[in-house]
Amino acid sequence: MKAVDYDLVIIGGGPAGLTAAIYAARARLKVVILEKSAPGGQILVTDWIENYPGFPEGLAGADLVEKMTAQARRFGAEIEINQVISLDVAGKIKRLTLNDRVITAKAVIIGTGASPRKLGVSGEEAFYGKGISTCATCDAPFFRNSVVAAVGGGDTAVQESLFLTRFAKKVYLIHRRDQLRATRILQERASENDKIEIIWDSVVTSVNGSDAGVQGITVKNVKTGEAKDLAVDGCFIWVGVLPNTAFLKDAVALDPGGFVVVNSKMETSVPGVYAAGDVRNTPLRQVATAVGDSAIAAFEAAAYIEAME
Amino acid sequence: MSENISDVSDKSFDADVIKSALPVLVDFWAPWCGPCKAIGPVIEAMSKDYAGKIKFVKCNVDENQLTPATYGIRAIPTLLFFKDGKKLDQIVGMVEKSKIEDILKKNI
Repeated sequence: MKAVDYDLVIIGGGPAGLTAAIYAARARLKVVILEKSAPGGQILVTDWIENYPGFPEGLAGADLVEKMTAQARRFGAEIEINQVISLDVAGKIKRLTLNDRVITAKAVIIGTGASPRKLGVSGEEAFYGKGISTCATCDAPFFRNSVVAAVGGGDTAVQESLFLTRFAKKVYLIHRRDQLRATRILQERASENDKIEIIWDSVVTSVNGSDAGVQGITVKNVKTGEAKDLAVDGCFIWVGVLPNTAFLKDAVALDPGGFVVVNSKMETSVPGVYAAGDVRNTPLRQVATAVGDSAIAAFEAAAYIEAME
Repeated sequence: MSENISDVSDKSFDADVIKSALPVLVDFWAPWCGPCKAIGPVIEAMSKDYAGKIKFVKCNVDENQLTPATYGIRAIPTLLFFKDGKKLDQIVGMVEKSKIEDILKKNI
Protein backbone atom coordinates (compact mmCIF):
# COMPACT_ATOMS: atom_id res chain seq x y z
CA MET A 1 0.00 0.00 0.00
CA LYS A 2 1.22 3.48 -0.86
CA ALA A 3 2.51 5.63 1.97
CA VAL A 4 -0.16 7.61 3.78
CA ASP A 5 0.19 10.58 6.11
CA TYR A 6 -1.57 8.85 8.99
CA ASP A 7 -2.89 5.45 9.94
CA LEU A 8 -5.94 7.08 11.48
CA VAL A 9 -7.47 10.52 11.26
CA ILE A 10 -10.01 11.44 13.92
CA ILE A 11 -12.31 14.30 13.03
CA GLY A 12 -13.44 16.25 16.10
CA GLY A 13 -11.71 16.88 19.43
CA GLY A 14 -14.50 16.35 21.96
CA PRO A 15 -14.69 13.42 24.41
CA ALA A 16 -15.31 11.01 21.49
CA GLY A 17 -12.28 12.10 19.47
CA LEU A 18 -9.98 12.38 22.48
CA THR A 19 -10.90 8.89 23.69
CA ALA A 20 -10.41 7.39 20.24
CA ALA A 21 -6.99 9.06 20.15
CA ILE A 22 -5.99 7.55 23.50
CA TYR A 23 -6.89 4.05 22.35
CA ALA A 24 -5.38 4.49 18.87
CA ALA A 25 -2.14 5.96 20.16
CA ARG A 26 -1.79 3.10 22.64
CA ALA A 27 -2.32 0.70 19.71
CA ARG A 28 0.73 2.49 18.22
CA LEU A 29 -1.20 3.91 15.30
CA LYS A 30 0.00 7.16 13.81
CA VAL A 31 -2.99 9.27 14.71
CA VAL A 32 -4.09 12.89 14.46
CA ILE A 33 -7.16 14.65 15.78
CA LEU A 34 -8.43 17.43 13.54
CA GLU A 35 -10.37 19.97 15.57
CA LYS A 36 -11.79 23.08 13.93
CA SER A 37 -11.81 25.41 16.96
CA ALA A 38 -10.32 23.99 20.17
CA PRO A 39 -10.39 20.59 21.90
CA GLY A 40 -13.43 19.99 24.06
CA GLY A 41 -16.62 20.29 22.11
CA GLN A 42 -19.94 20.62 23.87
CA ILE A 43 -18.74 19.66 27.35
CA LEU A 44 -16.82 22.92 27.52
CA VAL A 45 -20.13 24.67 28.06
CA THR A 46 -21.27 22.22 30.74
CA ASP A 47 -20.90 23.82 34.12
CA TRP A 48 -20.65 20.61 36.10
CA ILE A 49 -20.54 16.97 35.02
CA GLU A 50 -22.01 14.81 37.76
CA ASN A 51 -22.67 11.54 35.99
CA TYR A 52 -19.27 10.67 34.58
CA PRO A 53 -17.91 7.82 36.71
CA GLY A 54 -14.73 8.31 38.68
CA PHE A 55 -15.44 11.85 39.84
CA PRO A 56 -17.76 11.50 42.84
CA GLU A 57 -18.00 15.25 43.42
CA GLY A 58 -18.36 15.95 39.69
CA LEU A 59 -16.11 18.25 37.71
CA ALA A 60 -16.25 21.14 35.26
CA GLY A 61 -16.50 20.20 31.61
CA ALA A 62 -13.41 22.23 30.80
CA ASP A 63 -11.40 20.36 33.43
CA LEU A 64 -12.44 16.97 32.07
CA VAL A 65 -11.40 18.10 28.59
CA GLU A 66 -8.02 19.19 29.89
CA LYS A 67 -7.43 15.78 31.47
CA MET A 68 -8.54 13.88 28.35
CA THR A 69 -6.38 16.09 26.12
CA ALA A 70 -3.32 15.56 28.30
CA GLN A 71 -3.97 11.82 28.30
CA ALA A 72 -4.23 11.66 24.48
CA ARG A 73 -1.03 13.68 24.09
CA ARG A 74 0.80 11.55 26.65
CA PHE A 75 0.48 8.53 24.36
CA GLY A 76 1.60 10.44 21.30
CA ALA A 77 -1.61 11.56 19.60
CA GLU A 78 -1.29 14.77 17.59
CA ILE A 79 -3.95 17.44 17.86
CA GLU A 80 -4.17 19.89 14.99
CA ILE A 81 -6.48 22.89 14.79
CA ASN A 82 -7.77 22.53 11.27
CA GLN A 83 -11.02 21.89 9.51
CA VAL A 84 -12.08 19.11 7.17
CA ILE A 85 -13.72 20.77 4.19
CA SER A 86 -14.51 17.57 2.33
CA LEU A 87 -13.47 13.95 2.22
CA ASP A 88 -13.15 11.14 -0.27
CA VAL A 89 -13.33 7.84 1.59
CA ALA A 90 -14.61 5.46 -1.08
CA GLY A 91 -11.17 3.93 -1.79
CA LYS A 92 -8.66 2.21 0.44
CA ILE A 93 -6.74 5.44 0.90
CA LYS A 94 -8.93 8.05 2.54
CA ARG A 95 -8.29 11.61 1.34
CA LEU A 96 -9.31 14.55 3.49
CA THR A 97 -9.27 18.10 2.19
CA LEU A 98 -8.36 20.55 4.94
CA ASN A 99 -8.18 24.34 4.99
CA ASP A 100 -4.61 24.35 3.71
CA ARG A 101 -3.80 20.91 2.27
CA VAL A 102 -4.94 17.38 1.51
CA ILE A 103 -4.00 14.53 3.85
CA THR A 104 -4.33 10.77 3.48
CA ALA A 105 -5.09 8.03 5.97
CA LYS A 106 -5.95 4.36 6.15
CA ALA A 107 -8.96 4.85 8.39
CA VAL A 108 -11.14 7.68 9.67
CA ILE A 109 -13.21 8.13 12.83
CA ILE A 110 -15.92 10.77 12.69
CA GLY A 111 -16.42 12.32 16.11
CA THR A 112 -17.71 15.74 15.15
CA GLY A 113 -20.52 15.75 17.68
CA ALA A 114 -23.58 17.91 17.55
CA SER A 115 -24.45 21.58 17.96
CA PRO A 116 -27.32 23.22 19.80
CA ARG A 117 -30.50 23.36 17.76
CA LYS A 118 -31.93 26.82 17.20
CA LEU A 119 -35.51 27.82 17.81
CA GLY A 120 -35.82 29.44 14.41
CA VAL A 121 -37.85 32.40 15.67
CA SER A 122 -37.50 36.09 14.92
CA GLY A 123 -34.91 37.93 17.01
CA GLU A 124 -32.94 34.79 17.84
CA GLU A 125 -30.07 35.44 15.41
CA ALA A 126 -30.02 39.20 15.89
CA PHE A 127 -29.71 38.96 19.66
CA TYR A 128 -27.20 36.11 19.77
CA GLY A 129 -24.53 37.34 22.21
CA LYS A 130 -26.84 40.18 23.26
CA GLY A 131 -29.02 38.19 25.61
CA ILE A 132 -29.43 34.99 23.61
CA SER A 133 -27.06 32.27 24.73
CA THR A 134 -26.59 28.53 24.83
CA CYS A 135 -23.85 28.58 27.50
CA ALA A 136 -24.97 29.24 31.07
CA THR A 137 -21.54 28.66 32.55
CA CYS A 138 -20.10 31.33 30.22
CA ASP A 139 -22.84 33.90 30.34
CA ALA A 140 -24.93 33.52 33.51
CA PRO A 141 -22.78 36.09 35.39
CA PHE A 142 -23.95 38.75 32.92
CA PHE A 143 -27.46 38.24 34.31
CA ARG A 144 -26.96 38.88 38.02
CA ASN A 145 -30.31 39.78 39.64
CA SER A 146 -31.98 39.63 36.25
CA VAL A 147 -35.01 37.75 35.00
CA VAL A 148 -34.14 35.25 32.29
CA ALA A 149 -35.88 32.61 30.22
CA ALA A 150 -34.62 29.11 29.51
CA VAL A 151 -36.17 27.05 26.74
CA GLY A 152 -36.32 23.26 26.77
CA GLY A 153 -37.17 20.37 29.07
CA GLY A 154 -34.34 17.87 28.77
CA ASP A 155 -31.32 17.26 30.99
CA THR A 156 -29.34 20.18 29.60
CA ALA A 157 -32.18 22.68 29.90
CA VAL A 158 -32.98 21.74 33.49
CA GLN A 159 -29.39 21.36 34.72
CA GLU A 160 -28.34 24.67 33.20
CA SER A 161 -31.48 26.44 34.45
CA LEU A 162 -30.51 25.37 37.96
CA PHE A 163 -27.09 26.90 37.36
CA LEU A 164 -28.72 30.14 36.14
CA THR A 165 -30.55 30.50 39.48
CA ARG A 166 -27.19 31.16 41.16
CA PHE A 167 -27.13 34.51 39.36
CA ALA A 168 -30.58 35.40 38.06
CA LYS A 169 -33.37 36.32 40.45
CA LYS A 170 -35.91 34.42 38.37
CA VAL A 171 -35.77 31.81 35.63
CA TYR A 172 -38.77 31.02 33.46
CA LEU A 173 -38.31 27.51 32.13
CA ILE A 174 -40.38 27.26 28.98
CA HIS A 175 -41.29 23.77 27.91
CA ARG A 176 -43.55 22.70 25.08
CA ARG A 177 -45.02 19.70 26.94
CA ASP A 178 -46.75 19.19 30.31
CA GLN A 179 -43.89 17.13 31.70
CA LEU A 180 -40.10 17.48 31.69
CA ARG A 181 -37.94 14.94 29.88
CA ALA A 182 -34.96 15.52 32.20
CA THR A 183 -33.77 12.76 34.51
CA ARG A 184 -35.71 12.56 37.80
CA ILE A 185 -33.03 13.99 40.08
CA LEU A 186 -32.92 17.14 37.96
CA GLN A 187 -36.72 17.40 37.87
CA GLU A 188 -36.80 17.21 41.66
CA ARG A 189 -34.20 19.94 42.01
CA ALA A 190 -36.07 22.18 39.57
CA SER A 191 -39.40 21.81 41.35
CA GLU A 192 -37.75 22.52 44.72
CA ASN A 193 -36.09 25.68 43.43
CA ASP A 194 -38.11 28.81 44.23
CA LYS A 195 -36.45 30.83 41.50
CA ILE A 196 -37.62 28.54 38.70
CA GLU A 197 -41.11 28.98 37.27
CA ILE A 198 -41.99 26.41 34.65
CA ILE A 199 -44.22 27.63 31.84
CA TRP A 200 -45.79 24.40 30.61
CA ASP A 201 -47.15 23.58 27.15
CA SER A 202 -45.54 26.66 25.67
CA VAL A 203 -43.19 27.64 22.88
CA VAL A 204 -41.27 30.84 22.23
CA THR A 205 -42.55 32.61 19.13
CA SER A 206 -40.24 35.63 19.15
CA VAL A 207 -37.38 37.26 20.99
CA ASN A 208 -37.92 40.98 21.46
CA GLY A 209 -35.56 43.84 22.25
CA SER A 210 -33.67 46.90 21.11
CA ASP A 211 -30.08 47.76 20.14
CA ALA A 212 -29.16 47.21 23.78
CA GLY A 213 -30.22 43.56 23.58
CA VAL A 214 -33.00 41.25 24.67
CA GLN A 215 -35.89 42.82 26.58
CA GLY A 216 -38.49 40.11 26.37
CA ILE A 217 -39.93 37.08 24.65
CA THR A 218 -43.33 36.14 23.34
CA VAL A 219 -44.57 32.69 24.31
CA LYS A 220 -47.58 30.82 23.04
CA ASN A 221 -49.46 28.10 24.85
CA VAL A 222 -49.71 25.23 22.38
CA LYS A 223 -52.91 23.89 23.96
CA THR A 224 -54.92 27.09 24.31
CA GLY A 225 -53.24 29.16 21.59
CA GLU A 226 -52.93 32.01 24.06
CA ALA A 227 -49.88 34.28 23.54
CA LYS A 228 -48.22 36.44 26.14
CA ASP A 229 -45.10 38.59 26.51
CA LEU A 230 -42.59 37.97 29.27
CA ALA A 231 -40.11 40.68 30.24
CA VAL A 232 -36.66 39.03 30.38
CA ASP A 233 -33.09 40.26 30.01
CA GLY A 234 -31.82 37.03 28.55
CA CYS A 235 -32.98 33.85 26.89
CA PHE A 236 -31.02 30.60 27.03
CA ILE A 237 -31.87 27.96 24.46
CA TRP A 238 -31.49 24.19 25.05
CA VAL A 239 -33.86 22.46 22.67
CA GLY A 240 -31.75 19.54 21.56
CA VAL A 241 -28.94 19.18 19.08
CA LEU A 242 -28.25 18.82 15.39
CA PRO A 243 -25.43 16.58 14.12
CA ASN A 244 -22.32 18.22 12.68
CA THR A 245 -22.42 16.23 9.48
CA ALA A 246 -22.89 18.83 6.72
CA PHE A 247 -19.25 18.46 5.60
CA LEU A 248 -19.77 14.72 5.01
CA LYS A 249 -22.26 15.35 2.19
CA ASP A 250 -22.96 11.81 0.96
CA ALA A 251 -19.64 10.24 1.98
CA VAL A 252 -21.35 7.89 4.47
CA ALA A 253 -24.97 6.94 5.13
CA LEU A 254 -26.88 9.28 7.45
CA ASP A 255 -30.23 8.72 9.12
CA PRO A 256 -33.19 11.03 8.38
CA GLY A 257 -32.06 13.34 11.20
CA GLY A 258 -28.59 13.66 9.66
CA PHE A 259 -26.81 11.47 12.24
CA VAL A 260 -24.23 8.96 10.98
CA VAL A 261 -25.57 5.42 10.83
CA VAL A 262 -23.26 2.84 12.43
CA ASN A 263 -23.50 -0.77 13.59
CA SER A 264 -22.41 -2.13 16.97
CA LYS A 265 -18.75 -1.97 15.82
CA MET A 266 -19.19 1.74 15.05
CA GLU A 267 -18.69 0.95 11.35
CA THR A 268 -20.37 3.36 8.95
CA SER A 269 -21.63 2.37 5.52
CA VAL A 270 -18.04 2.74 4.21
CA PRO A 271 -15.23 0.29 5.14
CA GLY A 272 -12.52 1.96 7.20
CA VAL A 273 -14.77 4.81 8.32
CA TYR A 274 -16.21 4.81 11.84
CA ALA A 275 -18.35 7.22 13.83
CA ALA A 276 -18.62 7.68 17.60
CA GLY A 277 -20.34 9.91 20.14
CA ASP A 278 -23.07 12.47 19.62
CA VAL A 279 -22.68 12.49 15.83
CA ARG A 280 -23.97 8.94 15.44
CA ASN A 281 -27.41 7.37 15.65
CA THR A 282 -27.61 6.75 19.38
CA PRO A 283 -30.38 6.81 21.97
CA LEU A 284 -28.26 8.72 24.51
CA ARG A 285 -25.78 11.57 24.06
CA GLN A 286 -23.49 11.73 27.10
CA VAL A 287 -19.75 11.84 27.80
CA ALA A 288 -20.00 8.25 29.05
CA THR A 289 -21.58 6.99 25.83
CA ALA A 290 -19.15 8.95 23.62
CA VAL A 291 -16.23 7.41 25.50
CA GLY A 292 -17.62 3.88 25.11
CA ASP A 293 -18.34 4.33 21.40
CA SER A 294 -14.86 5.66 20.77
CA ALA A 295 -13.04 2.84 22.49
CA ILE A 296 -14.87 0.43 20.19
CA ALA A 297 -14.31 2.60 17.10
CA ALA A 298 -10.57 2.87 17.73
CA PHE A 299 -10.28 -0.85 18.45
CA GLU A 300 -12.11 -1.72 15.24
CA ALA A 301 -10.12 0.82 13.22
CA ALA A 302 -6.86 -0.71 14.49
CA ALA A 303 -8.06 -4.20 13.51
CA TYR A 304 -9.10 -2.92 10.08
CA ILE A 305 -5.71 -1.29 9.51
CA GLU A 306 -3.88 -4.41 10.63
CA ALA A 307 -5.92 -6.59 8.27
CA MET A 308 -5.05 -4.25 5.38
CA GLU A 309 -1.34 -4.66 5.86
CA MET B 1 0.18 34.99 29.82
CA SER B 2 1.81 34.87 26.44
CA GLU B 3 4.45 37.33 25.38
CA ASN B 4 2.32 38.39 22.42
CA ILE B 5 -0.93 38.94 24.28
CA SER B 6 -1.26 41.64 26.90
CA ASP B 7 -4.07 42.30 29.33
CA VAL B 8 -6.28 45.29 28.73
CA SER B 9 -8.40 46.94 31.42
CA ASP B 10 -11.23 49.48 31.50
CA LYS B 11 -8.55 52.07 32.26
CA SER B 12 -6.13 51.13 29.49
CA PHE B 13 -8.69 50.30 26.79
CA ASP B 14 -8.55 53.73 25.19
CA ALA B 15 -4.76 53.86 24.99
CA ASP B 16 -4.23 50.18 24.15
CA VAL B 17 -7.07 49.58 21.72
CA ILE B 18 -8.78 52.75 20.52
CA LYS B 19 -5.56 54.67 19.97
CA SER B 20 -3.49 51.71 18.82
CA ALA B 21 -1.51 52.21 15.62
CA LEU B 22 -1.94 48.54 14.76
CA PRO B 23 -5.31 46.84 14.30
CA VAL B 24 -6.36 45.07 17.52
CA LEU B 25 -8.13 41.82 18.31
CA VAL B 26 -9.69 41.95 21.78
CA ASP B 27 -10.55 38.63 23.44
CA PHE B 28 -13.22 39.10 26.12
CA TRP B 29 -13.00 36.21 28.56
CA ALA B 30 -13.45 35.16 32.16
CA PRO B 31 -11.86 32.49 34.32
CA TRP B 32 -15.18 30.65 34.74
CA CYS B 33 -15.74 30.27 30.99
CA GLY B 34 -14.80 26.83 29.60
CA PRO B 35 -14.87 27.76 25.90
CA CYS B 36 -12.76 30.87 26.66
CA LYS B 37 -10.12 28.66 28.28
CA ALA B 38 -10.20 26.27 25.36
CA ILE B 39 -9.71 28.88 22.64
CA GLY B 40 -7.00 30.67 24.64
CA PRO B 41 -4.12 28.58 23.22
CA VAL B 42 -5.55 28.88 19.70
CA ILE B 43 -5.60 32.67 19.94
CA GLU B 44 -2.16 32.61 21.47
CA ALA B 45 -0.86 30.65 18.47
CA MET B 46 -2.47 33.18 16.14
CA SER B 47 -0.87 36.07 18.03
CA LYS B 48 2.51 34.61 17.06
CA ASP B 49 1.52 34.17 13.42
CA TYR B 50 0.37 37.79 13.19
CA ALA B 51 3.01 39.37 15.42
CA GLY B 52 3.85 42.90 14.27
CA LYS B 53 0.74 43.07 12.07
CA ILE B 54 -2.08 42.75 14.55
CA LYS B 55 -2.10 43.45 18.25
CA PHE B 56 -3.76 40.84 20.48
CA VAL B 57 -5.17 41.79 23.87
CA LYS B 58 -7.36 40.06 26.44
CA CYS B 59 -10.01 41.68 28.59
CA ASN B 60 -11.12 39.85 31.73
CA VAL B 61 -14.82 40.73 32.02
CA ASP B 62 -14.87 39.72 35.67
CA GLU B 63 -12.38 42.44 36.59
CA ASN B 64 -13.45 44.95 33.92
CA GLN B 65 -17.16 45.47 33.52
CA LEU B 66 -17.29 48.89 31.91
CA THR B 67 -15.75 47.97 28.57
CA PRO B 68 -17.94 44.92 27.92
CA ALA B 69 -21.00 46.99 28.90
CA THR B 70 -19.95 49.75 26.48
CA TYR B 71 -19.93 47.23 23.63
CA GLY B 72 -23.10 45.45 24.74
CA ILE B 73 -21.27 42.20 25.43
CA ARG B 74 -23.45 39.68 27.25
CA ALA B 75 -21.78 36.50 26.08
CA ILE B 76 -18.25 35.19 26.13
CA PRO B 77 -16.00 34.35 24.47
CA THR B 78 -16.51 37.45 22.32
CA LEU B 79 -13.82 38.71 19.99
CA LEU B 80 -13.91 42.32 18.80
CA PHE B 81 -11.72 43.58 16.01
CA PHE B 82 -10.70 47.24 16.01
CA LYS B 83 -8.92 49.29 13.37
CA ASP B 84 -8.22 53.02 13.71
CA GLY B 85 -10.34 53.08 16.87
CA LYS B 86 -13.39 51.65 15.16
CA LYS B 87 -15.03 48.31 15.87
CA LEU B 88 -15.11 46.50 12.54
CA ASP B 89 -16.04 42.95 13.45
CA GLN B 90 -17.45 40.85 16.24
CA ILE B 91 -17.37 37.09 16.79
CA VAL B 92 -19.46 35.54 19.55
CA GLY B 93 -18.90 32.06 20.92
CA MET B 94 -16.48 29.31 20.10
CA VAL B 95 -15.98 29.34 16.35
CA GLU B 96 -13.71 27.78 13.78
CA LYS B 97 -10.15 29.09 13.82
CA SER B 98 -10.54 29.81 10.10
CA LYS B 99 -13.41 32.20 10.85
CA ILE B 100 -11.19 34.27 13.12
CA GLU B 101 -8.38 34.20 10.57
CA ASP B 102 -10.72 35.40 7.83
CA ILE B 103 -11.29 38.59 9.81
CA LEU B 104 -7.59 39.07 10.48
CA LYS B 105 -6.59 38.49 6.84
CA LYS B 106 -9.30 40.81 5.58
CA ASN B 107 -7.96 43.66 7.70
CA ILE B 108 -4.19 43.59 7.31
